[in-house]
Amino acid sequence: MNPILTVAAKEFRDDFRNRWTVALTILFALLALGIAWFGSAAAGRVGFTSFDTTLASLTTLGAFVIPLIGLLIAYDSIVGERDDGTLLLMLSYPLSRGQLVAGKFLGHCGALAAATLAGFGFAVAIMQWMQPPEQTMQAWLQIARFILSASLLGASFVGLACLISVQTADKSRAAGLALVGWLVSVVLFDLALLALLVVSGGNPLERAVYPYLLLLNPVDVFRLVNLTALGDGAGNDLLTGMTAHHVYPTALLYALLLGWAVAPFAWAMLAFRRKEI
Amino acid sequence: MNHPIECHALAKRYGDLAALDGISAVVPRGQVIGLLGHNGAGKSTLIKLILGLIAPSGGRLEVLGQSPWRAHALRRRIGYLPESATFYGNLTGRELLDYLARLKQAPGAQIATLLDRVGLAHAADRRIGTYSKGMRQRLGLAQALLGSPDLVLLDEPTTGLDPQATRELYRIVGELRADGRCVLVSSHLLAELEPHIDGALILRQGKLLAAGSLHALGEQAALPAQVLLRTREQAMPELLARLETGGLSAQPRPDGRLELQVPRASKLRMLRELLADPAIVDLDVREPTLAQLYDWLGAGPPSNAEAAA
Repeated sequence: MNPILTVAAKEFRDDFRNRWTVALTILFALLALGIAWFGSAAAGRVGFTSFDTTLASLTTLGAFVIPLIGLLIAYDSIVGERDDGTLLLMLSYPLSRGQLVAGKFLGHCGALAAATLAGFGFAVAIMQWMQPPEQTMQAWLQIARFILSASLLGASFVGLACLISVQTADKSRAAGLALVGWLVSVVLFDLALLALLVVSGGNPLERAVYPYLLLLNPVDVFRLVNLTALGDGAGNDLLTGMTAHHVYPTALLYALLLGWAVAPFAWAMLAFRRKEI
Repeated sequence: MNHPIECHALAKRYGDLAALDGISAVVPRGQVIGLLGHNGAGKSTLIKLILGLIAPSGGRLEVLGQSPWRAHALRRRIGYLPESATFYGNLTGRELLDYLARLKQAPGAQIATLLDRVGLAHAADRRIGTYSKGMRQRLGLAQALLGSPDLVLLDEPTTGLDPQATRELYRIVGELRADGRCVLVSSHLLAELEPHIDGALILRQGKLLAAGSLHALGEQAALPAQVLLRTREQAMPELLARLETGGLSAQPRPDGRLELQVPRASKLRMLRELLADPAIVDLDVREPTLAQLYDWLGAGPPSNAEAAA
């Protein structure tokens, strides 16, 4: 078997044994069901609401949770082996450094994707079962798009975690950097964009540039992929309102998300190849 | 292909620091070679170069007939036991070997044989996290033997092992030698290593101090043998004086015996004389040890003055 697949299979299995995958599956399922059930509590109703609204809420939540999980699941993939003294052992086997990182990346991405599919898939199956009118092809396509884009978002942050893991000297520093990475990409980036909007007051140049600035962050690309497809009125007015005048080609968004899934990982591979052991 | 390891003027620099400088040596097939030196002498750097994990900054290195730098396929023929590796605590011994055997494309049938050979068959299905230090080292040895490598590198293999486990380890090393494989053992424990190696590479501050068979190194150093004498009571002052006139100075030891340094060339003649001496009731001859050879070569850690220079 190809060494990349051998390493990936081991990491995938490890994530199951560490209960990572199982815990995530349960978390995703509970989040999805909770949002579906209590999503319209503010409007005075409890019970399954419209499928679009649920997906919009899930997107907002996923944009926070999935990057964090991607980082946590993989931040110690290389630096952890260095701490345990197994990195030299692994590298003394007939596989290249790139293959080692690639295997770890694929294994963790696989575990995260499996948890996303199982957790959200389970929740959606329940929702569909409880709400016969929502049993449409459209709904299933939307959930498929959500799971696919969530997996790609996860891959992006697993890649970032690999990069951090390659570049740091010990585990605690890697964990700290991973949290900083999460804070910057999930919270600070959007805050900075908002601040920009407020300060500039929406002048024409700003209006022209803003939609493209959003594409610089995989979290925002993930939001765009899901929310633009859901359309207005699904509780995502803030984001869609700011970009209402800009039409993103769907293919471009997917390509960008794919690019974001691969770029940090590619950087991690290059960095590891150059690293003095 | 001539020798498993050949290097010529091999050098490795990290910035201005020369970790290894001008190493020229040959490690022959079917031998166990000790890699000796204090901490920071360059042992680990040499091992990493042999494994192809770092690139040499100068000189030439050939391992099993090719340059090892980034030669992934070559590593199928090399086994390596890293110093104090903990492995993956959440796997069982068998699972670890299974994983590593796949990476090395070694036949899966070897796993059970190797576990048996290092005496871990009974613990094969326990998690490595529950293993003792000695069991972990034995598991490390088992993985180093996956794929029947031509060259085996053992980095401090006996740290933390009890005497029984150490003997077991060297018994397996002996089997490898009998099999015609080449074993390179790095260790601090000279006395323990000495009976098991055929030759040594002695490093100091990145330079090769000495290389060759233990016998040749001993001849080259011509260290004196040590003779310990137990004398009849009251005969000691008289014997001391007699030895003095013979040009030998003896030191009394705390245990009441006399210690003599006897030059290699005159050893047998001296011994005959001593055996015939009525003042002596017992006699003990000690050949120079690897540790003494090591001291003679000045292979200890650099002194402060040198470090400052």
